[in-house]
Amino acid sequence: MTHALSLGFVLFALWCVLSGYLRPMLLGLGLLSCAFVVFIALRMDLVDREWRPIHLLFGRVLGYWPWLMLQIVWSNVDVVRRILDPRLPISPTLIWVKASQHTDIGRVTYANSITITPGTLAMKLQGDQILVHALTREGAEALAGGEMDRRVTLLEKHS
Amino acid sequence: MIELIWNALSWTLLLTGGFCLLVGGIGLLRLPDFFTRVHAAGVTDTMGAGAILVGLMLQAGLTQASIKLVLIILFMLFTSPTASHALAQAALHGGLKPRLGEQREDSRSNT
Repeated sequence: MTHALSLGFVLFALWCVLSGYLRPMLLGLGLLSCAFVVFIALRMDLVDREWRPIHLLFGRVLGYWPWLMLQIVWSNVDVVRRILDPRLPISPTLIWVKASQHTDIGRVTYANSITITPGTLAMKLQGDQILVHALTREGAEALAGGEMDRRVTLLEKHS
Repeated sequence: MIELIWNALSWTLLLTGGFCLLVGGIGLLRLPDFFTRVHAAGVTDTMGAGAILVGLMLQAGLTQASIKLVLIILFMLFTSPTASHALAQAALHGGLKPRLGEQREDSRSNT
């Protein structure tokens, strides 16, 4: 029940921010539609099951994101340099990397982190292995070093 | 003075973003096969769109528009890797094989 209430609260806050109108009639309509969405979510039995990611999100993720942003910027610079280089110095590589996370959401976070960094692309998840396509051999080796894997696993432990 | 610094910072970000979008487009044309082209598209939707949105946030200041921009960035950070992954997996499933190894001569003959 608390989950349903907090879902409703988050939805209504989002509604207020996006609309920006604070007239009673519009607020009432917003409240009604938020209540309706919570009702549908409850009927679909989504409220408890889908809540976990939010926990993970507001917990340790705040420490992980700045590191990820830095990775994204650096790999962007690298990919941009390679694209603009007249010799096009790429060496596409396929590699299986280990995902040592225990939960689905942890693995999804890891795979999404791999994909969002330009130069590496998660293509397939099988058990605890992820098939990664890397633009360069160095990129593949850096990923196989496992620092990102360790950091995502750390997120999971404390959530 | 402070206004000037904010403006300079914001325009640097806007120009960086525009440059990344351009490079992403060039990469889409230059790179040899589907899977490598996805990497070029990655430059467009992380650094390209990200830098432009942050630059716009600096222009908007602490307003409702900025909150909306933050939400746009958040949704993009979650959806764009999911879309890339879905594309790559669909290509793999459809039997498209990535070309591997040094591509120097290959890409030359292909363009």
